[in-house]
Amino acid sequence: METNETPSQVPLTAKSPFELRVNLGSHVPETDVRSAVASGDIGFVHSFTTGSTVDGPGVRVVVWLTGCQFRCLYCHNPDTWTLTNGIPVPIGRAIDELRKYRHGLKTMRGGLTISGGEPLMQHKFALKLFSAARAMGVHTTLDTNGHLGDRLTDADLENIDLVLLDIKSWDEDRHRHLTGAEIAPVLNFARRLAARKRPIWLRFVLVPGLTYHPDDIDRLAEFAGRLGNVERVDVLPFHQMGEHKWKKLGIEYKLHDVQPPSKNMVDGVCAQFRAAGLAAY
Amino acid sequence: MRFLRTPEYDELFAGDPTWVTESIGGIGDDGRALVTKSSFRFLHTLYNLGPAPEPNLTIWYSPRLPDNFRHFAAKVAIDTSSIQFESDEIMRRAWGDDGAIACCVSPMLLGKQMQFFGARANLAKCLLYAINGGRDEVSGEQIGPKFEAVEGEYLRFDDIIEKFERMMDWLAGVYVNAMNVIHYMHDKYAYERLEMALHDYAPLRTMAFGIAGMSVVADSLSAMKHAQVRVIRDASGLVTSYETQGEFPQFGNHDNRVDHLAAWLVTTFMTKLRRYPTYRGAIHTQSVLTITSNVVYGKNTGDTPDGRRRGEPFAPGANPMHGRDKHGIHASAASVAKIPYRDAADGISLTSTMVPQSLGRTEKDRIENLTSMLDAFFGVTGYHMNVNVLNRETLLDAVDHPEKYPNLTIRVSGYAVNFVRLSREQQMDVINRTFHGA
Repeated sequence: METNETPSQVPLTAKSPFELRVNLGSHVPETDVRSAVASGDIGFVHSFTTGSTVDGPGVRVVVWLTGCQFRCLYCHNPDTWTLTNGIPVPIGRAIDELRKYRHGLKTMRGGLTISGGEPLMQHKFALKLFSAARAMGVHTTLDTNGHLGDRLTDADLENIDLVLLDIKSWDEDRHRHLTGAEIAPVLNFARRLAARKRPIWLRFVLVPGLTYHPDDIDRLAEFAGRLGNVERVDVLPFHQMGEHKWKKLGIEYKLHDVQPPSKNMVDGVCAQFRAAGLAAY
Repeated sequence: MRFLRTPEYDELFAGDPTWVTESIGGIGDDGRALVTKSSFRFLHTLYNLGPAPEPNLTIWYSPRLPDNFRHFAAKVAIDTSSIQFESDEIMRRAWGDDGAIACCVSPMLLGKQMQFFGARANLAKCLLYAINGGRDEVSGEQIGPKFEAVEGEYLRFDDIIEKFERMMDWLAGVYVNAMNVIHYMHDKYAYERLEMALHDYAPLRTMAFGIAGMSVVADSLSAMKHAQVRVIRDASGLVTSYETQGEFPQFGNHDNRVDHLAAWLVTTFMTKLRRYPTYRGAIHTQSVLTITSNVVYGKNTGDTPDGRRRGEPFAPGANPMHGRDKHGIHASAASVAKIPYRDAADGISLTSTMVPQSLGRTEKDRIENLTSMLDAFFGVTGYHMNVNVLNRETLLDAVDHPEKYPNLTIRVSGYAVNFVRLSREQQMDVINRTFHGA
């Protein structure tokens, strides 16, 4: 990529953490985008934050990469779907930024979480950042839908301390309807992580009418319970805070009338996971 | 108890504070934790007596304090938003272990030290005076010395620094002189015999100066250095507004390009204050702390080159400006921790306001995570942190229905106040501040 800025001056910040990111990387020529994704020398970054307590253990730095192959109906960050919506960030710049926080992350028993979008759309960049984090002694977590798990070699998995695996639905058809993608690769990835004894925190977004199917949840819980490496289940209640992004992007939002789940419903789903022997919150 | 005070006083320090602070915890010089059952009891009064702004409960915090105490303190902070944390390591090394907090965040040795206190200097306005050659940007009157005003269309960083230093020299002289007069006259006509009778002979005296608008000035200087700031003049040639083109790093994002400008400001002004002798040879100290006065200073200050508009509040204490710390609490706390204590020995205040969910999904997670954050902040060079754990909706409801929240206590820069006794402006300032994780 041609740039006149020295690495330390590459901006990492859009104007506001809450505003839409659109076309921040669209000035990068397509051939450069491809070589960036293939090499992982440059990543397309939606944003990053520090002090997060809900993306893995402890207090963490979280970086959201752009690009996703899923089109979840309830997605609250649809501006992360397109790779070139992100800010192009050289890997060295990303590592320098992470280094500033390494001592604090250790004190706070936190680490680095790479999320998205789907971070494995830019798996080379993610892996480079994970290796650097490991070299600093920083705990690493991948927040993924699992669909592209095959892109990670067994050696790669050793560099990832924890996988936050988001399983959207148990039922094949519903999964396709909800995300536009097949569920089989996701479950295969979960089994592979289990076989290699890599820990998982399962995430399940609870959307009334869409993912709230008690039978499906029972079967998902049973599957997760049998895996043996699921340390925790986070039941994430659906919210409407993403709607404005769909509007601004001009995409039809189908969940306008869906209400967030009641506390009772959330507690009930947690209980279903607990019945399978899992710690669920 | 309620003091009768002038409205001007209430504007600066709202909520009728009596300035009573209780110090809890800390580590002794011999390495023992100064935590007893009574330390827990004091904190527990917030449950059985209900939250109250005073006494201003202050934890002398160290990551070396016992786990149970740190966790309990974090729990109380989450439940009541009524306690402040200060670095035991920094205060003990600077002064000793037998200390207490005078009024807001200033440590001193019990019975051996006293303080001449005196508000703060509005350095953002001082910067504007430097640009306008001593003329006030709101009234147009010549208030400061008639130095050369800025010429041309754009602000040049080097030129402004030179003018700003000169204006700060003048301001420091006025400030020290005013404090000397006030405390000389105070001692002459209202010497505090009773309080001083409880002190040892020849106590150590400090004279506590303060500054307001640190992050406004740091961001303004950063805009001049890293972007283009064009001046907008009125008919008389007075610069009344600015137009900034381009991006510039802003205080609160753990970015040395601007954090060092904030540290430079604190050190520079302190150095200038020290050049002027004080009444009774008191040691000069300085705070970066505002209580609620950031609102009234902002109200009286015109547009600033960082993009802040006339009348908008400053950030409280050493906080980043509202909404400009874009990368979470770890980053903003790291920026504040860079302000050097040696040049702000009266305290550097960070007020953080979080929604409960941003600390974790379960109560246990929230307590552990807040404890970890305090360990990290005070494990490096963090000096002071207020922790408010509140929902934005609660505060908005309290603005409209004060009768429902008679005891709602929140932390403001360096102190605690009763929320419903703040003015509406001050309430909105609290609400508009960055809610981490909102």
